[in-house]
Amino acid sequence: MLALTRWKIGLVLASLLFGLIFTLPNLVPPNFLPAWAPQQRLSLGLDLQGGSYLLMEVDTAALKKERLTNLTEDIRTKLHGDQAAEQIAFTGLGVVGDTIGVRITDPTQLDAAYKRLNDSLGERLLTGGRDVTVQIKPDQHIEVAFVPQAAHAAAVDAVTRSIEIIRKRIDAMGAKEPLITQQGAARIVIEAPGESDPEKLKAVIGKTAKLTFQMVDTAVTPEEIAAGGIPPDDEVLPSDDGYTQSYVLKRRSVVTGEMLTSASGSHDENNLPAVAFSFNGQGTSRFAAVSSQNIGKNFAIVLDKRVISAPVIRSAITGGSGEITGHFTEESAHDLALLLKSGALPAPLNVVEQHTVGAELGADAVKAGELSIIIGAALIFTFILLAYGLFGGFAAVALVVNGLMIVGAMSLFHATLTLPGVAGLVLTLAVAVDANVLIYERMRDEARSGRPAMSAADAGFRRALTTIIDANATTVVAAVIMFNLGAGPVKGFALTLLIGVFTSVFTAVLITQVLIGWWFRAFRAKTLPIS
Amino acid sequence: MWPLIKLIPHDTHFPFVSLARLFATLSIIAVLATVAGFFYPGLNLGIDFKGGTVLELNTGAKPVELGKVRGALTALNLGDIQVQTFGKPNDAVVRFQTPAGQLPGVIVTRVKAAISQTLGAVTFPRTDVVGPEVSGELKIKGVGALLAAVGLMLLYIWFRFELQFGLGAVVALFHDLTLSFGLILLLRLEFSLNLIAALLTIIGYSMNDTVVVFDRLRENRRKYKRMPLRDLIDLSVNETLSRTVITGVTALLALSGLAVFGGESLRPLSIVLLFGIVIGTYSSIYVASPIILLWGAKKEDEPALPIAPQPARP
Repeated sequence: MLALTRWKIGLVLASLLFGLIFTLPNLVPPNFLPAWAPQQRLSLGLDLQGGSYLLMEVDTAALKKERLTNLTEDIRTKLHGDQAAEQIAFTGLGVVGDTIGVRITDPTQLDAAYKRLNDSLGERLLTGGRDVTVQIKPDQHIEVAFVPQAAHAAAVDAVTRSIEIIRKRIDAMGAKEPLITQQGAARIVIEAPGESDPEKLKAVIGKTAKLTFQMVDTAVTPEEIAAGGIPPDDEVLPSDDGYTQSYVLKRRSVVTGEMLTSASGSHDENNLPAVAFSFNGQGTSRFAAVSSQNIGKNFAIVLDKRVISAPVIRSAITGGSGEITGHFTEESAHDLALLLKSGALPAPLNVVEQHTVGAELGADAVKAGELSIIIGAALIFTFILLAYGLFGGFAAVALVVNGLMIVGAMSLFHATLTLPGVAGLVLTLAVAVDANVLIYERMRDEARSGRPAMSAADAGFRRALTTIIDANATTVVAAVIMFNLGAGPVKGFALTLLIGVFTSVFTAVLITQVLIGWWFRAFRAKTLPIS
Repeated sequence: MWPLIKLIPHDTHFPFVSLARLFATLSIIAVLATVAGFFYPGLNLGIDFKGGTVLELNTGAKPVELGKVRGALTALNLGDIQVQTFGKPNDAVVRFQTPAGQLPGVIVTRVKAAISQTLGAVTFPRTDVVGPEVSGELKIKGVGALLAAVGLMLLYIWFRFELQFGLGAVVALFHDLTLSFGLILLLRLEFSLNLIAALLTIIGYSMNDTVVVFDRLRENRRKYKRMPLRDLIDLSVNETLSRTVITGVTALLALSGLAVFGGESLRPLSIVLLFGIVIGTYSSIYVASPIILLWGAKKEDEPALPIAPQPARP
């Protein structure tokens, strides 16, 4: 095995070259290398460079409730019909558990009602059919429900749309290249490096930002509200406008946030912060129609089921643009504009996990990691030199190439180095030395049993190999399991361990082999320096 | 005398097996103590597995007024809140559980706001929040990972070794894992995902060390067919001793750098790993090998069944 074949030397040089080329970008300042050279640097985990990791979950319960509420409103609209002649009278429309029930007053209209609802409710599914079922129940009841697979489809759709919206919002905030990925069915991971306020990030990401303009129902008396007897077409929403605690509003929205084409922070006539917006064509015509019919009345601007303000319509608003005023600061007006521009989330997103590390703390961790790697390596070098003399030096050379290959491989594959990953790196150095220890000890045994130096060295490599592979197989198993454990930092530990096992077996076996082979050839040694 | 290896006598004859009884007793006591420790005081679960929030805060030049922080947080009705300084007087850590039915992400925003309002200029260098569902999942994943690792090692041993070897390796594996838990219990280390990673590494290392000794044992058994098992074990352990020592020392040196200079957050991980290296080495000598002996010794009267397929006579 000690024969210096051409492919062996070639392989050693290639691995050295690989290690050097791909490690180099980490050792020089950015943009120092010419454009044709590899530029990838080791990417540091958030625990090392500072930043926020947020795991957000789509609130599926809220999503379901929202969908049922929307479907209820759809049923109301459909039964009312577009013209008076089409109206079907009904009572008891409401959500019961996972279904919606309604009683058609006139039994002769039951079939017509069924047909109308069955034909028009819900959305078409890719698999054919619609995503709602409509059934006639005894006593002139009609029951409407979502088909089971619709809930899943809705959650998937909500996550996909949420990711798009979050991306727009984060981009608008000017955060530094955040990573947004889907995890599982209903979760989104956001990794935002750098020094950004995680609470601000959460506030911007997590806000549903569903905007509606609804008419205020002034016909309802305070007594009726107190008795809870508001008309079924109305709802009571809390208010933040500072004039009143709550408003009674028509459920039906005049325009919604989706009809906005732009929104930006601005100032009102009193030079107070406000949000200017403009509608698309549909929004413009609807708002023009409603405002011209309701001059002198109040309409409410509602964000996430809370009234921001309820201005009086002074004249028909036909220009398709306007201004939201309320109790804004410059910042909150700017944030609201940002949210409105990016669109509403289909459902609230809740933070289920958050890890934030300040940049300074991350820098400290990098320093501590570097120091412990340097000290660990220095101790290992000293010890193997003391223990094995010249051959220890060969092992140390192999270790250096090993280090270069690990860093090079991690840079090349964009693997992330985390703080536990640093521990993995240190451990890998120790494991790499073990392969050489196994080989050298074997050589000593062989030499002791009377073999000549060269043959003992050769046998050492050959016979230690199975043990080395055996011993490293166990580490591979442990590392693969760790990698699948999922969580980021531990994944980093597993990854360095895994890459390290392969590079260290390679370097410890091959590089020391070539060096020892060369040494035998150059010095024509008759004894092993370690026996 | 250089190289140092010449200082280690290469032809050692330590009677390892004769001390096996003593160490077996010590090991059994330690394992039982660990099992008892699981019930009382129990593992000190970190937020990875228990859920909740850990918040580090820094008040710059002036020391943290802990009383004020406590006062501000009591008003939020979060239940049991721990506030304490660590390292320097201007660094403090706040821990609390998310009250049932509340959103953990919202609570932490509120807590930070309350602290900022009370203390004025304050930064939060570290925030860790784990919601109840996530901690539940991590618990399952963590236990699953440990079980999977042990299971795969068993499978590996099953393919790689005969039954009595396998048994020895398995007992050593459980021994190392249990005693590593014992250390975690003893030092009241916060049980986190990092420690699961450490335990998985120990499982790997423990096996690694056992495999090296067993490889030699198997080889010697072929070489010296008539040697009694007891002597075979002593011989193999002695022959692999300098490797065991050198590798062990290398690993300990490398990890001690990490334990001393690696910073607060890597310390528990490195301490458990250091312990794992020591215990993994110990167990290959004093747990794995004697188990084989125990198995073999029982059957030594029967002609066909000590370790070797050939009949072995004492």
